[in-house]
Amino acid sequence: MSQSQSTIDEIISKDYEHGFETLLEMDVIPRGLSEDVVRLISAKKNEPQWLLEWRLAAYRHWLTMTPPEWANVHYPAIDYQDMIYYAAPKSQKDGPKSLDEVDPELLKTYEKLGIPLHERAILAGVAVDAVFDSVSVATTFKDKLSEVGIVFCSFSEAVHTHPELIKQYLGSVVPVGDNFYAALNSAVFSDGSFCYIPPGVRCPMELSTYFRINAKNTGQFERTLIVADAGAYVSYLEGCTAPMRDENQLHAAVVELVAMEKAQIKYSTVQNWYPGDKEGKGGIYNFVTKRGDCRGDYAKISWTQVETGSAITWKYPSVVLKGDHSVGEFYSVALTNHRQQADTGTKMIHIGRNTKSTVVSKGISAGFGQQSYRGLVRVAKSAVGARNYTQCDSLLLGDKCQAHTFPYIEVKQPSATVEHEASTSRISEDQLFFCRQRGLSPEDAVSMIVNGFCKEVFKELPMEFAVEAQKLLGVSLEGSVG
Amino acid sequence: MLHIKDLTAEVDGKPILKGINLTVNAGEIHAVMGPNGSGKSTLASILAGRDGYEITGGSVMYQGKDLLDMPAEDRARDGVFLAFQYPVEIPGVSNIYLLKAAVNARRRHRGMQELDAMDFLSLVKEKVRFMEMDEKMLYRAVNEGFSGGEKKRNEILQMIMLEPTLALLDETDSGLDIDALKVVSKGVNSLRSPERAMILVTHYQRLLDYITPDYVHVLSAGRIIKSGGPELALELERQGYAWLTGDQKDAPSKGVAQ
Repeated sequence: MSQSQSTIDEIISKDYEHGFETLLEMDVIPRGLSEDVVRLISAKKNEPQWLLEWRLAAYRHWLTMTPPEWANVHYPAIDYQDMIYYAAPKSQKDGPKSLDEVDPELLKTYEKLGIPLHERAILAGVAVDAVFDSVSVATTFKDKLSEVGIVFCSFSEAVHTHPELIKQYLGSVVPVGDNFYAALNSAVFSDGSFCYIPPGVRCPMELSTYFRINAKNTGQFERTLIVADAGAYVSYLEGCTAPMRDENQLHAAVVELVAMEKAQIKYSTVQNWYPGDKEGKGGIYNFVTKRGDCRGDYAKISWTQVETGSAITWKYPSVVLKGDHSVGEFYSVALTNHRQQADTGTKMIHIGRNTKSTVVSKGISAGFGQQSYRGLVRVAKSAVGARNYTQCDSLLLGDKCQAHTFPYIEVKQPSATVEHEASTSRISEDQLFFCRQRGLSPEDAVSMIVNGFCKEVFKELPMEFAVEAQKLLGVSLEGSVG
Repeated sequence: MLHIKDLTAEVDGKPILKGINLTVNAGEIHAVMGPNGSGKSTLASILAGRDGYEITGGSVMYQGKDLLDMPAEDRARDGVFLAFQYPVEIPGVSNIYLLKAAVNARRRHRGMQELDAMDFLSLVKEKVRFMEMDEKMLYRAVNEGFSGGEKKRNEILQMIMLEPTLALLDETDSGLDIDALKVVSKGVNSLRSPERAMILVTHYQRLLDYITPDYVHVLSAGRIIKSGGPELALELERQGYAWLTGDQKDAPSKGVAQ
């Protein structure tokens, strides 16, 4: 007991690998938030008037709102006047025209992260849009994609090149006043990715965004908008890291997905923001609003997430199933170790007829980790024949962590079928001893058992992400059986 | 190869082993028999390095090393294998993945190259056939939904893949029908070699019809009370454990066999 506990403790205590800082000359605006700051951000990005108005409306709405308090997470109040809302690498001021123009320091950072833009893009066939603090620094493969009519670029660029699309879809899934953090994001978002797949086009490669918070005291507020037009298909990957800092940093992103008739969007996230140290000092507050809208019949939106970082996670990737026969999926692995807290889950809103949703959530809690699954399945009166299947499993490592499950089920249509299964388990002494008796180190044993627990979710991830996710779990876990 | 000297151990303050002495040489098969609660499985578990036992005295030397000082995984890599009485299930982890991890952990430890995917696959398929198992079980989660017999076959499959130096079989025969018992015995017998030793922990003589031991020891109340050749097992089968343990309750200090 004591021995395996201590090995688990060791495993859990492994250090964060991406905690380096890149020294770049930054263009930073003063701390604090006001209408002037919103105007300044908009001006820096040379935005059209309508977008400024949109931001200001969001800001004014935000002023009337209070942060949500219902989540099962605890942290001191955030001083929104003590934060910087825009930071960009200086050399990027005029925007890079190609990879050659990107600051070599920045490229080195991506190499450290294991994503050399050139090779990775070419070898893996992945088009990467890398967001560094507030601006999108380089978008690879743009030309190849544009041949088939796909638009994939930074959000700020899209505002200028495809204003009609932005105007049509921005805020159409997550309205400016949706929630406190979404409103804040709408007011001050600095960049992000935009993607449009025209009717009938199957995106020939995985699209990818890599987010990194580098500058100190900076909030990151990126905005992602993906529109798959009728019959289109796209698979989108998102990865995140941040330097190690003693103070907390806020990440309040908004992701909006729109799937038209028979379109499919698969959105995968491997989130490895800095989780803070063992005592819970520092780390990212990841307060993110992600929502997909199945607007057409037979549309399908699938969220797959692996959440291992962040001091606090508040995140509910959701699907609104408006189109008849549309499908929503949510596959999640969330890990909380040390003092990490996560309140995460999904919302499946069934509106169309014969809509179907699947939720598979795997929560792993270790150390003093606090984890809550919070899921809503709502079947509207109109959703004749709707079906939902929810499976919600928690794995506890050690005896100081917690797992909670808060399922909300609202059904207004009698023909609907809603299933909910939940389990809580721990890695047993017997499993651990069995693996060690076969020659595996305790670290490898825990990692193998946890990966087995997460298998149903990992198999939904694109290959290269699945490998990364497995490694990440191994690293993030080092040390926990009880 | 293995020298157990005056080994005493307790669980939660309760003495279970009260002075075990046993020497096992390479090439030998020893059967440890005894009634329920005599400490047979505890002995196997302690040799394999399971936590939760307090060693209160004595020593165990394995190939010249202090076995009790080694973590369980090092013992395994050094060739100590325990076939479990109750093999655990590991959901989501395929059998073949576990086998490969185990085989390569042992190879790395011996300074050998890891087997590549192709070599490993052809080796494992050969062994699966030998154990008269379905190849599909390689891709099922470890022991999940396996019948009792399948679990035991799976243990022996792991054993013949890992080619241990010292194999400990804990009640491997329990819960097996006669066909499964034959296959399991075939697997065990295939490993008999002058370099290898085995300790069979069993309640019944039945297993020994198929695997002939060189020595039989009777364990009772934490001590070996009698040792002999294969004929001792047959005698036990005829007369029952009371034949030996009846005395023992009255005079616990009597009859340490070795």
